[in-house]
Amino acid sequence: MGRYVARRLLQMIPVFIGVTLLVFLMMYALPGDPVRALYGDQTIDPAQIAAIKADLGLDLPLWQQYWNYLMGLPQGDFGEQIATGLPVGEVIARALPITARLALLAFIIIVIVGIGLGMVAGLNAGRWPDTVVLFVTLIFISVPVFVLGYIYQYVFSNTLNWTSPLVTDSENLGELLMPAFVLASLSLAYVARLTRSSVAENRRADYMRTAIAKGLPQRRVLSVHLLRNSMIPVVTFLGVDIGTLMAGAVVTEGIFNINGIGSELFTALFRREGSTVVGLVTLIVIIYLAISLLVDLLYAVLDPRIRYA
Amino acid sequence: MPDLTKTEETEPVKAPVAEGAPVPPADPAVGKPRSLWSDAWSDLRRSPMFIISSAMILLLLVIAAFPGWFTSLSPRDSDMALYLQKPQFGAFFSPEWLGYDGQGYSVYTRLIHGARNSILIGVSVTVLVTFVGGLLGMLAGYFGGWVDTVISRITDVFLGLPFLLGAMVILVSFETRAVYVIVLALAVLGWTLVARVMRGSVITVKQADYVMAAKALGASTTRILFRHVLPNAVTPVIVVATIALGGYISAEATLSFLGIGLAPPAVSWGVDINTAKDLLRNAPHVLLWPGLMLSFTILAFIMFGEAVRNALDPKLR
Repeated sequence: MGRYVARRLLQMIPVFIGVTLLVFLMMYALPGDPVRALYGDQTIDPAQIAAIKADLGLDLPLWQQYWNYLMGLPQGDFGEQIATGLPVGEVIARALPITARLALLAFIIIVIVGIGLGMVAGLNAGRWPDTVVLFVTLIFISVPVFVLGYIYQYVFSNTLNWTSPLVTDSENLGELLMPAFVLASLSLAYVARLTRSSVAENRRADYMRTAIAKGLPQRRVLSVHLLRNSMIPVVTFLGVDIGTLMAGAVVTEGIFNINGIGSELFTALFRREGSTVVGLVTLIVIIYLAISLLVDLLYAVLDPRIRYA
Repeated sequence: MPDLTKTEETEPVKAPVAEGAPVPPADPAVGKPRSLWSDAWSDLRRSPMFIISSAMILLLLVIAAFPGWFTSLSPRDSDMALYLQKPQFGAFFSPEWLGYDGQGYSVYTRLIHGARNSILIGVSVTVLVTFVGGLLGMLAGYFGGWVDTVISRITDVFLGLPFLLGAMVILVSFETRAVYVIVLALAVLGWTLVARVMRGSVITVKQADYVMAAKALGASTTRILFRHVLPNAVTPVIVVATIALGGYISAEATLSFLGIGLAPPAVSWGVDINTAKDLLRNAPHVLLWPGLMLSFTILAFIMFGEAVRNALDPKLR
């Protein structure tokens, strides 16, 4: 187990370096100048721009900039935001809890509603509840997140007045509920479908017949025998999905005016703030990699036949 | 599962023919054993999901190719006197049918003219991704060794980067974002998924007896790859690619909505939704119709992809 984790951590290093290098190159090698962008249309002395660039280390060759960046990371130094002068680490520390709350709420909705719908459909495969779930999930898959966001906003805020259309207080879970549902909808549909096919396949398995035959209560048969065995594809999807949730937050946070990682990333992209974008993407990639490792370890918990040497 | 019975039907026909003893086939319509493809086709023809989605796609293709058949106006014919006029549902297929938007454009006309870019981008990305990803995945799976290592590590890196995020980072650096720029950006990020599927599929196929036989008979590598490996490994790739098509259309609309995809004067549903979002409270129709049209298009391609998957791989049902 320990050796497996160590090997996986080592394998993550090239992926991590590759992704950060990729984003770094895209942000710095492509046209656009963040320092020049600071001054808009004002005329400015080129010497002053050069001085700011030298100060930020932007005049160094690209590989050296990347090297400095990579060396700063283990010390928690994500660089500095050009427009505000704030350390990127501080921006992350402020924005991350907000997005984490939103993503966690969305994740809980995905797990409860998605797996619940999938169970109902899978146990009734071929009958009307199954058809209804398949149809509803197909709709959720087809309607893009931003369209759904505005539909929810119009229906639940502008028409029904249930909740405020924009999030004014990101610590208020009630206000975050609608954005979380929007963020969750697509993954929820996939989780429901995955659970459905997995449950529909496993419910005829021998161990299910045995469990029922030996007179176990139905609750136990469903939760311990059926659900646990049906969870492996779902857990795989959920693990990969965390990264998508973080990226999807760009759209959702924009619609509902939430100042999390997504909207920070979005403004930084338009200002061509390399250090901020690379920092935020790096963070998302780290979370993604850590969770995919966690998911692989979870397999062994769900299915004791899987052992990691 | 009708497929199982079908293969059983054809099996007894196949065996005697192979032995050279002509036995009249049980079903005269089935002269020779049916391939996976003809089997899938006969399945598809009877699938309501396939028929409905094909009709939807056909309609969309006609709209994309000949927008002039559906509306006489140009998408840039503006009349500010008609600012945010409500839809008139009685006036079918006329410019005022679905109302007017904040720039005095006819919503219906914009809807019709927006189809071309969406479908062009979706189809082009899918074709590019299938060819590039398919080829690289095949090479990685068949040759293994360092070729596999290099290609697999590259796909690992790309798969670690969320799709939408990557597209945003690439596209924000372009001053002008023409259709082909968006196609290239999405394809650069999308090929890895196809490559991974193709690689896995080729690895299982290359150990098959018929590949060994072809090798033993001295067939060239190109011949083995394209005549023996590819036809037998391509099914999961086609399934993944058709389902991904809807996703690419969604991605284009999302990027255009965010202001880093197509930009005016290009006509795109995503752009229209972006301009409509501030008018949501007073004129929801300006946002609703492009949103519905976009969802309809994505739905059509996803249903089509699922129908194809069900026909080609009954196990996944």
